[in-house]
Amino acid sequence: MSPAAEHPPVTTPPELVLEAGRAEAHYWRDLWRYRELLGFLAWRDIKVRYKQTVLGAAWALLQPAVTLVVFTFVFSRLAKMPSGSVPYPLMVMAGLLPWQLFANALTSASGSLVSNTHLISKVYFPRLVVPLSALAVALVDFAIVGVLYVALSAWWSCWPDWRLLLLPAFMVLGLLAALGAGLWLTALTVRFRDFRFIVPFLLQLGVFLSPVGFSTSVVPSWRLLFSFNPMVAVIDGFRWCLLRGAQPLDAGGLLVGILVTVLLLATGLWYFRRTEKGFADII
Amino acid sequence: MAGPVITVANLGKRYQLSHAVRHDTLRDTVMHRVRDWLGRRSGAATVEDFWALRDVSFTVEQGDVVGIIGRNGAGKSTLLKILSRITEPTTGRISIRGRVASLLEVGTGFHPELSGRENIFLNGAILGMTRAEIRRKFDEIVAFAEVERFLDTPVKHYSSGMYVRLAFSVAAHLEPEILIVDEVLAVGDAVFQKKCLGKMESVARGEGRTVLFVSHNLSAMRELCRTGVLLSSGQVAAFGPIGEVVSRYTGLMGRRSQYVRPAPAPGSRPVATWFERVAVTDAAGITLESQPAGESAWLELELVTREALKDVQVAARVSTQEGVAVLTTTNTDVSRQGGRLEAGRHVLRAPLPAWLAPGFYSVTVAVHEPRRQEHASLHDVIQFEVSPGTSPSSALQDDRWGLVEPVIAWQSRHFQA
Repeated sequence: MSPAAEHPPVTTPPELVLEAGRAEAHYWRDLWRYRELLGFLAWRDIKVRYKQTVLGAAWALLQPAVTLVVFTFVFSRLAKMPSGSVPYPLMVMAGLLPWQLFANALTSASGSLVSNTHLISKVYFPRLVVPLSALAVALVDFAIVGVLYVALSAWWSCWPDWRLLLLPAFMVLGLLAALGAGLWLTALTVRFRDFRFIVPFLLQLGVFLSPVGFSTSVVPSWRLLFSFNPMVAVIDGFRWCLLRGAQPLDAGGLLVGILVTVLLLATGLWYFRRTEKGFADII
Repeated sequence: MAGPVITVANLGKRYQLSHAVRHDTLRDTVMHRVRDWLGRRSGAATVEDFWALRDVSFTVEQGDVVGIIGRNGAGKSTLLKILSRITEPTTGRISIRGRVASLLEVGTGFHPELSGRENIFLNGAILGMTRAEIRRKFDEIVAFAEVERFLDTPVKHYSSGMYVRLAFSVAAHLEPEILIVDEVLAVGDAVFQKKCLGKMESVARGEGRTVLFVSHNLSAMRELCRTGVLLSSGQVAAFGPIGEVVSRYTGLMGRRSQYVRPAPAPGSRPVATWFERVAVTDAAGITLESQPAGESAWLELELVTREALKDVQVAARVSTQEGVAVLTTTNTDVSRQGGRLEAGRHVLRAPLPAWLAPGFYSVTVAVHEPRRQEHASLHDVIQFEVSPGTSPSSALQDDRWGLVEPVIAWQSRHFQA
């Protein structure tokens, strides 16, 4: 079995050993090697997303636009909630932008393994490629919704200042939160299809448990508990970046949000890696 | 030579088949756990271990072309899945030296909405090629697949032949050190199949690559491979030169040229109707292993029924090894109406047509009231071989293709110009 000592392997390629429960020695290097596949899968999903639809990419605009109108009506006109110095619709939009990013990323990441069943049962590649590529589709929709935001800020002539430069940091935070939760959900869905039904339900509740339609300033007493929802930090961060700091950033809440996100991501990765080798057998 | 490129040692793969208790929904698992905690061990006997592979060991040298053969369910696909790292072994160890590419299915990851051009890139990336590599071989791939004119058409509009050609072509241009191929030649038209075989041959012979190859096409195996592995019920039944392994396999099949009903296990549910014996025999009723050249053979069924059956039909189907049905015949073919079978023992004989092409066939038999009720049936119960030179047209000594080889009398008329 072992290479004989008198025949030193001179130009033989590295040996790959397959054994039960053996940790992949080169997992992260492999993942890097498959980065082109990641790109191709993302490109495929983006390309076919709006095929055979009449409205095409307008769908990415329609949903946030309608939500914006409804939320402004319900929270501002009916509930008379405050929005500080900025127009209410603009504040809602600054919250919808990250929320849509998170919701789309979570939806596509958590369904990603099951919708790529045919690949998983027929080809080897680091399975992490699949949920990661799912995030890219959410980014494209984000860019489209971003255009809507630009239009609204032009209407109210409320342009962001230098704080805009920190926006990518909050985008990454939102994406990591979605990835962390998505890794858990997609790995669990391979085994238990129940989780397919949990995601829409979770997002339905989440949009009201996150400060999307209202400002965080209206929840003073439960602030800390509220911050355990990682999207609170992301949405507050977006508003801080886009609305010239009209709403001050709460450092404690931000810290809690980051910690929760890191925890979610670390455990999500752990569970995904632990179950990944069995995916092909039970999917 | 620096030793084997693939070493498989005591490989085993266990699947757990759960019978009554399925854990496909969370509720089931939770309920099950709760019941276990309460001390009522309900699930003890419900999970059954199934070893798809057991104690499999063999080695592959560099440049070898290895054919893996075995019946359906022998563990061939599981072995390839483990070698391609899709699933993990339960026991044992495999060491592989070299870059592996596996082709377990034609067109994995093809997206119907994308064009041929786009799918070449996507599929290439899925199979492990880099973008630069695909770009370099792009023209070659397109030429091999013969789809130049349809490159920008979504593949959902392709004919199945074009689809397969394109998919195989991408895979054929991979440059791994070790290539693993599962049964892909079962698809596509005959001309393209020959082209694929030629390509695989040049890959193996000319470029010194190692190929592991699963197919039911024994003649292709004999042509392409040097070494063979015969799997039977998850274990290695033979390993060695391909000729020997193929004859072991056909021997294994030949052993079932006659079926005799085993004595029913004590306590098993009694049945009213059953097949006592199924065999291929000569004119005198003697069981044949294969249908020899120039002699007629008969399919003989012995059937027992405890009660008289009304409006029934006894049917037999002859299929190729690949599962393609060649013909179906019933004892009512001539009378065209269901008959009555009295209680007791019946022996039925059907002459086998002399125009089957040489190869291995399997027989399925049944007694049923058409579209109403099945009284007894046995799937792929026996196998028989039609040896070369059996059909009348084989006397013609030309290399014709087809599942059947009838001699057809042509008519012709001649007109003066």
